[in-house]
Amino acid sequence: MARPTKLERSIAIAAIAATMLVAPIAARGQALIADLSNHLVAITTGFTGAQILLFGAVEGAGDVVVTVRGPVRDETVRRKVRVGGIWVNGPEVVFQGVPEYYAVFGSKPPQDIVTPELADIHQIGTDNLVLRTTSTREPEQIDEFRDALIRAKERQGLYIHDAGRLTFLGARLFRANLVFPGNVPTGPYTIEVLLVRDGAVVSAQTTPLYISQAGISADVHEFAHRQAFFYGLICIVLAVGTGWIAGAVFRRV
Amino acid sequence: MQLYLPIAEMSVNIFLLLLLGGGIGFLSGLFGVGGGFLLTPMLIFVGVPPAVAVATQANQVIAASVTGAISHWRRGNVDIRMGMALLAGGFFGSTAGVGLYTLLRALGQLDLVISLSYVFFLGTVGALMLQESVRAILRKLRTDTSPRRKLHVHTWVHGLPLKMRFRTSKLYISAVLPFAIGAGVGVLSAILGTGGGFLMLPAMIYLLGMPTVLAVGTSLFQIVFVAANLTLLQAIHNQTVDILLALVLIVGGVIGAPLGSRLAGRLPGEQLRALLACIVFAVSVKLLIDLVHAPADTYVLLPPVD
Repeated sequence: MARPTKLERSIAIAAIAATMLVAPIAARGQALIADLSNHLVAITTGFTGAQILLFGAVEGAGDVVVTVRGPVRDETVRRKVRVGGIWVNGPEVVFQGVPEYYAVFGSKPPQDIVTPELADIHQIGTDNLVLRTTSTREPEQIDEFRDALIRAKERQGLYIHDAGRLTFLGARLFRANLVFPGNVPTGPYTIEVLLVRDGAVVSAQTTPLYISQAGISADVHEFAHRQAFFYGLICIVLAVGTGWIAGAVFRRV
Repeated sequence: MQLYLPIAEMSVNIFLLLLLGGGIGFLSGLFGVGGGFLLTPMLIFVGVPPAVAVATQANQVIAASVTGAISHWRRGNVDIRMGMALLAGGFFGSTAGVGLYTLLRALGQLDLVISLSYVFFLGTVGALMLQESVRAILRKLRTDTSPRRKLHVHTWVHGLPLKMRFRTSKLYISAVLPFAIGAGVGVLSAILGTGGGFLMLPAMIYLLGMPTVLAVGTSLFQIVFVAANLTLLQAIHNQTVDILLALVLIVGGVIGAPLGSRLAGRLPGEQLRALLACIVFAVSVKLLIDLVHAPADTYVLLPPVD
């Protein structure tokens, strides 16, 4: 996956700042308004995962559904086949534009809030995620590969159903915790909040979030990719030095 | 305490890593082999992406081998000339190996090749070692005087061209042979992420006919440079060397290794070798079972190729 450069990161941050300025104005007079406690998650050396507060208010009755989608990339799924008694990777299907992170939750279980048609349009639930492929296999076969992809992502803790609950405080205010694990992919995230009343979307709002490495961790990552040769040299020198010192110290002990 | 690894892009428990590094260091101190063949599978088990595990391991191997190589050097147990011949092959093999590694990753068959290589080589080496040490133990039980051994047996190997004199090892053999061994082990260490000591040593002792003490020192000497070459190549081509992961593993190893070698001094050599043979053999059996046994999920998600 191409790593975001510093320029791309600055643009993303600027875009986030711009939306933060514009979004509340655009949302004025709407039935739904929502925002995050933080639009930038910085991964530092002590990072163990992050929690972000999503909060907002609604006007009138209805339920709220939230989807969180991470940066996209191509994913390759292969079916293992038995060759001469051992299991080897066989036929493959490549899916394009697969979100590396996906979470969905609501003020009630999402499937109780939205109709199947709505779920399809807004990609609510892993069954409704749009995963493109150029594979020419039978649709039923592709579905099996697709299910396997989602299973694998769930095992990695990156696809989350019912990630906590969105709770209403009184009739208008709501809040929810967005939880990101320690292996969360870096890049731009999109959070879509929908207000649904009688099976129809009354109001919707999309908020961006950017997750990136920061501090020493980011510097190391960037140096390793920009100055790969010198990074490699430093790794070698460090290892030789430590080995040397260790030998010298333990000879005396 | 959790530590975020900047290249692996995940957070892991620092004490778990120290324990892993320390455990491997302890084993290498105890048996005198690198133990990389155990560390790579364990790192993958902890959740480190295989590509990062293999590349970072090369970096960790440097530190462990430097310590060992220096101490063998001081005792005059390094045959520089032989080391250079092995190293020439090692550079060639490891460079080709990184290319093969990248190709296999693109084909999506890297994990299969890694597992098959482990099963084959660990199985063979483990079985040979086990046979050898059981025989040694039995011999010792029967009589205390060990039979006089020939310096080495002459085979077809001694008919190869480009003969060179290796004074330290008291050998007059073709330079093609150490070059080929170095190259073969270099290819495998690029793919498996190990120093390759467990392959190099039997090859040096049985194929080249080197004395064991010299074989250990010389293999450590050349592993330092082959591992450095691998680290640099992986850093440049795949950006998969995690300096923080390597450092924590090295620190763990530095603490574990002397503890292992102290214990090794108190245990009888034959039993120790039999124990190592059992571990090596067990790992290969475990990997074979994994290959033959029906997987829990018949579909796999391949790690992304940059």
